[in-house]
Amino acid sequence: MKDDYDVIVVGSGAAGGMTAFILAVHGVKVLMLEAGRDYDPVTETPMFQLPADAPLRGISTPDKPFGFFDATVDGGWTVPGEPYATAEDADDDFMWWRSRMLGGRTNHWGRISLRMGPYDYKPYSRDGLGFDWPMTYEDMAPWYDKTEALIGVFGSNEGLENTPNSSPGVLMPPPAPRVHELMTQKVCHDELNIPTIPSHLAILTEKQDHEKWPKQLFPNNPLAQKVLRQSMMERAACFWATPCGRGCSIKANFQSTTVLLPPALATGNLTIRTDAMVREVTTDAKGKATGVHYIDKRTRKDEHVSAKLVVLAASACETARIMLNSKSTLFPEGIGNGSGKVGKYLMDTVGTWVSGRIPALENMPPHNQDGASGMHLYMPWWGYQQQEKGQLDFARGYHIEFGGGRGMPGAWTFAGLGGQSGGAYGQRFKEEARRHYGTGIGFGGRGEMIPNEDCYCEIDPSGAVDEYGIPTLKFHWKWSEHETNQCRHMQHTFRDIIEGMGGEVHTEIYDDGAKAIAKPGEIIHEVGGAIMGDDPDRSVVNEYCQSHEVPNLFVTDGACFVSNADKNPTLSIMAIAWRASDYIVGQMNKGAFT
Amino acid sequence: MSSDHRKPAGSPRLARRHVLKLIAAAATAPVFWSAPGIATMGTKRGPAGTPTDPDLLDPNIPWELQLTESERLLLETLCDIIIPADEKSPAASAIGAHDFIDEWVSAPYDTMAGDLAKIRNGLAWLEDESAKRFGGEFAQLEPAQQAAICDDICHPPAARPEHAEAAWFFDRVRMLTAMAFYTTREGMNDVGYVGNVPLDRWDPPPDIALRHVGLK
Repeated sequence: MKDDYDVIVVGSGAAGGMTAFILAVHGVKVLMLEAGRDYDPVTETPMFQLPADAPLRGISTPDKPFGFFDATVDGGWTVPGEPYATAEDADDDFMWWRSRMLGGRTNHWGRISLRMGPYDYKPYSRDGLGFDWPMTYEDMAPWYDKTEALIGVFGSNEGLENTPNSSPGVLMPPPAPRVHELMTQKVCHDELNIPTIPSHLAILTEKQDHEKWPKQLFPNNPLAQKVLRQSMMERAACFWATPCGRGCSIKANFQSTTVLLPPALATGNLTIRTDAMVREVTTDAKGKATGVHYIDKRTRKDEHVSAKLVVLAASACETARIMLNSKSTLFPEGIGNGSGKVGKYLMDTVGTWVSGRIPALENMPPHNQDGASGMHLYMPWWGYQQQEKGQLDFARGYHIEFGGGRGMPGAWTFAGLGGQSGGAYGQRFKEEARRHYGTGIGFGGRGEMIPNEDCYCEIDPSGAVDEYGIPTLKFHWKWSEHETNQCRHMQHTFRDIIEGMGGEVHTEIYDDGAKAIAKPGEIIHEVGGAIMGDDPDRSVVNEYCQSHEVPNLFVTDGACFVSNADKNPTLSIMAIAWRASDYIVGQMNKGAFT
Repeated sequence: MSSDHRKPAGSPRLARRHVLKLIAAAATAPVFWSAPGIATMGTKRGPAGTPTDPDLLDPNIPWELQLTESERLLLETLCDIIIPADEKSPAASAIGAHDFIDEWVSAPYDTMAGDLAKIRNGLAWLEDESAKRFGGEFAQLEPAQQAAICDDICHPPAARPEHAEAAWFFDRVRMLTAMAFYTTREGMNDVGYVGNVPLDRWDPPPDIALRHVGLK
């Protein structure tokens, strides 16, 4: 029987987009299934609109949780018709973000693109906690270089511990820092011994070299060179205005829908089917994957497509859900789940915030501080040596993200001014607004969580299903002291930075990290659930994202993560997906999966 | 109750024309994505127009506005007392702050739950107080008389216990007026926001700004 396609890729975001792109440029016939609707950033992105152009001045609502103009379609921590549950004994409710749209979460993400480092791939070897990855940073470094060059990342090479340099010429030049960023850098350097360096964001600060990169990234592959050259030519450099979270109609930042899918489609080897909600992977009597069942959301009909190979890239928890729902005689606990590890070792990022006001910034001479939308500087973790010496009561690091300055006023910018000004109204209120504008500053911690046995998802034992009849997930969650102590350290550090700048802290400072830690899932860095490893009894996939039990089933999204370093996962997801896709192509060329 | 959906000031359509001009000026690339022969197999493109998938380029307010004409007129007066016109910018009503408050109190979300009743009660209190103290409607009072009432309720922590609800009301209207005003181009110009324009290049902060904070 002839298969419909060579490969089915489930999902169209960072992992699905990268997997489909790499396979398609190598001549593999790919069908991509996306649960959400078709989406085109070129025609749909609200560039330059002011909050006043939106209902409720663009504030966050349950329908549009990151604000009206945020790119997310049919998404958020709740999706109509797609419920999930958290166990009663969990430390807190798990929050599961989904974006039901082509390109998934890459359309709205923060574009923060940090490499995991040598320690991050071997954390167990370093401190005896969690697990090691089957590969090393050195194994991964070439794919980080390639991914950064492909998508376009600005940043600098600082040679700091466990904060890897990119190869020369890979990164684009970072934009000059803003005033509040320079002030923060100075106090962190002079008083706190915290390094503050250019951030790495997936935003083009100049045009990509469309002559050089296609040849360098895909030598001896004329098809790949042709489609990538065209795609790079069509991306403009950032013009330093309008927030990246809305998406980018000039393709200056990375979205799967502007950077990966157009050249993949241009090969003629990729077919995309949207509104296709995948329910399960099907297998034959020998335990080989044969295709997937999906619900066509337009007709509500259950459809089946077949392929030689199935790649799950539906996002960590959705991928685990599909695997757990793929039950058969050979796989009674779900496909590829002989280890019982599918759904296990979910991790999010440890997050907390502190904000305040810097009076020294009052009455700043007006100048444009929009820049690259996100932060131009950040603080990588600086405490590796202290941890090595046992001087901290948490094992893993965090980096600091911060914002402030004279960005576009939002609905809430002056909402608290009545109280802050002691009840001003009239002419005095206007003067207070002028004085206060641009003086706010906020710091966010993004820290590593160590995987544990108590953080997992399972198919809800109550038998609950979503509106498509697909069994839903139930989440379990417990923090360890490594996370809550780290969170306390963040709170104190951010207070010290603000006070060091002569500022006032406006939020409560918590000595109990458990009271300040973001909810599980809230940072939207959930990974794990189908972790990699060499041992089939303790892991789900190998270092090439290939199921130990079902050789033609791959998991290229964050589900395969073994640890969740403080480095935001998207860049690593893409580098790992590219490496896995190269492996698939290599195996296919050797005649596998027929 | 009126069923016509009033739009807030700052027409999205006008804004969109402006935006398209800016994009045309800045973007140079042809639209590769829409090239024939590579279309995806999905449903029709574009937003569904639902609350979770609204048309971002042509927004509308899908709920019915609740305030009466007289309530809106009174709010207009109060908004302009909170943010009056001066040489830098217009008064709050000129950018439709009262329209925004109507939109806010009428919205179906938890964030504003209870605000409709409280703001309605506050407006009624304002008229009662005006009649009691000065024998007239609030909008017709002398500025000094209006200020006498506002001064009693402008700072909740300092308000007398019998003014607690009225002070909450004033504080809420002030918050909403500020939200409405400073998210318009007029309000942004007032505080000196000069961004949201495409630039050829990104430069470091000017020396005058660095000197302002002692970095130069």
